[in-house]
Amino acid sequence: MNDIAPAPFQKAAPDVSKALRGFIADVGPTVALSLESCVHCGQCAEACQFYVQTGDPRYTPIHKIELFKQTYNREMGPFSFAYKFFGLAPKLTQETLTEWQDLVYDSCNMCGRCSLICPMGIDIADLVEQTRHGMYEAGLAPSDFLGALAEKEHATGSPFGLTSEKFRDLLHEIGATHGVTMHVDEPTAEIVPTISSIDVKTYPGSMAAIAKILNHIGKPWSFRTDGFDADNVSLTAGDRAGQAAITQAIVSAVTACGAKILVMPECGHSFTEMRWEAANAHGKDLPFRVLQITELVAESIQSGAIRVNKISQTATYHDACQLSRRGGATAAPRVILAALGVDVRELEDAGDANWCCGGGGGVALIKRAQPLRDAAFAIKKKQIEASGAAIVYTSCSGCRQTLDHGGKAAGWNTSVGSLLELVADNLAARAAA
Amino acid sequence: MTLLSFARGPGMQVATLILIAGMFWRLSGILLLRRRVAHAAARNPFAVRLLGGAVTIFTRAIPRRTFWPRVGAGVVLNYVFHIGLFIVLFGGAPHILIIHEIFGVAWPDLPKGVIVVASGITLAALILLLVRRLCHPVLKMLSKPDDYISWLIVFMPIFTGILLSGETVAGYGALLAWHILSIEALMIWLPFGKLMHVALVFAGRGMLGYNFSRKGAAT
Repeated sequence: MNDIAPAPFQKAAPDVSKALRGFIADVGPTVALSLESCVHCGQCAEACQFYVQTGDPRYTPIHKIELFKQTYNREMGPFSFAYKFFGLAPKLTQETLTEWQDLVYDSCNMCGRCSLICPMGIDIADLVEQTRHGMYEAGLAPSDFLGALAEKEHATGSPFGLTSEKFRDLLHEIGATHGVTMHVDEPTAEIVPTISSIDVKTYPGSMAAIAKILNHIGKPWSFRTDGFDADNVSLTAGDRAGQAAITQAIVSAVTACGAKILVMPECGHSFTEMRWEAANAHGKDLPFRVLQITELVAESIQSGAIRVNKISQTATYHDACQLSRRGGATAAPRVILAALGVDVRELEDAGDANWCCGGGGGVALIKRAQPLRDAAFAIKKKQIEASGAAIVYTSCSGCRQTLDHGGKAAGWNTSVGSLLELVADNLAARAAA
Repeated sequence: MTLLSFARGPGMQVATLILIAGMFWRLSGILLLRRRVAHAAARNPFAVRLLGGAVTIFTRAIPRRTFWPRVGAGVVLNYVFHIGLFIVLFGGAPHILIIHEIFGVAWPDLPKGVIVVASGITLAALILLLVRRLCHPVLKMLSKPDDYISWLIVFMPIFTGILLSGETVAGYGALLAWHILSIEALMIWLPFGKLMHVALVFAGRGMLGYNFSRKGAAT
């Protein structure tokens, strides 16, 4: 990450008025209801890895959105006149915004475990996302490296500034290295895959794996160099304009070649963004389906379009929060693992109540957050070790990276693997026609 | 005009008016905000989403098993208080009589001994909840004046109700007046603070259940 430029957008002092506008810009009935409902029961703290591991009450999830709540109460809530007149909600200040920066970014994976426990039905993870909008506008996205990556993504369409030409060259190079036919910028395609920039930097084999699987399915497919990087760091940084620009580039690319399916890579946040938010930013229904790669593989296994060899392996699976709890795709990886004949030792709390690896929500991209990230990872580490499996699979390269780094730091013998690559390595040979 | 006649007459009228108008104002201020149309293709049809919302209203009442070791004590204490309050409110003979007068419906009352015990347990639970709020680092940090005002506003009707049933510290008329006035204070405060959860809990859980059913995610 040394080639990332410093973030010129970050100001010496946060812009209070921009923060205020950023907080309340998108408040509709659902968000307002959430902001009005908290009864201060504190249960969300007990679901949060950062509170559970540190015991510091500041990490109580609902406390992280306090500035947003105060701004809502003061500026647009049903009793805003009283809040202003009696001074019941303090004004935003540069000091409070700065004070809350680490709570909104460093100590929240946006994993939504707090949203799963809240007895009032408050989607706290969604409120944190909204809070980050205001913090980003104020210039408070941590520049080292989350804010810087978001800025580069906003300017170039890719957090690492990967251009269309470089991406095209990279794909052909990967195709040649792995002996896989790559389809790039075909005029028409039925399926369009996208990639995560983590794959480019760390796991290029996953792009070969996608190509291998799509070749196996046999339907016309193509990477598009005019909309390929689905990472969407902007989403986790809180840059709404950048977030919309990334999704719109992909929507245009997929639409241009008439594709029916957009395949999202092994990346949690990019999936929730494209699957659940992109159509809203686009302003109308998308003319294609959005499937995470595990969903496409699971569907294809069930329809017979993909055949896999049985393997003899004992493994465990780590659910990426954005795919399972936040995305509704909990079942797909288990369909795949069952088809492969893997003896799955499920982790405690596996599936919808899983614990985050510690790197979600852009926390993996905040250098100073490492001690907190490690504290959160300790839960996952303990669970994986308790499973007794020698390998842990996941379907999110962000999680994979966090597990890789955490495991190495802990001197692990446990391997970390990609479910996508496992499938690609075990595709059954097609019978001759 | 005596204190009792004030409490029964204009006091109750004003409290009812503020309760209804305040709740209406707060709910419409939330629900009439501009709604964004959700364009993403839902995993479930409308009826399933609606059912998801309705079911979540009930399922969110009990935390998932995995959360119990960390939140169980607080949840049980809150339930003891809420169930106790429900028994006193809807099982006590005088309360049923008032409900019958206003709404024309009635049901058999519980023995006075049961109500006395339930009142005592409810009050004890409420005091323990306050102690917990003052001692637990998370609750202490989260608490605002509203939390303590709301606690007092709920404490008073239960406390005066217990005094009224015993008629020990003052005459029946005076105690009844104070009991009614404390209820009116609760009615007046309810729309403005956290006691509004009597309505928001259903809306919040229902909305979350609907939205997560749309995604096919756990509610």
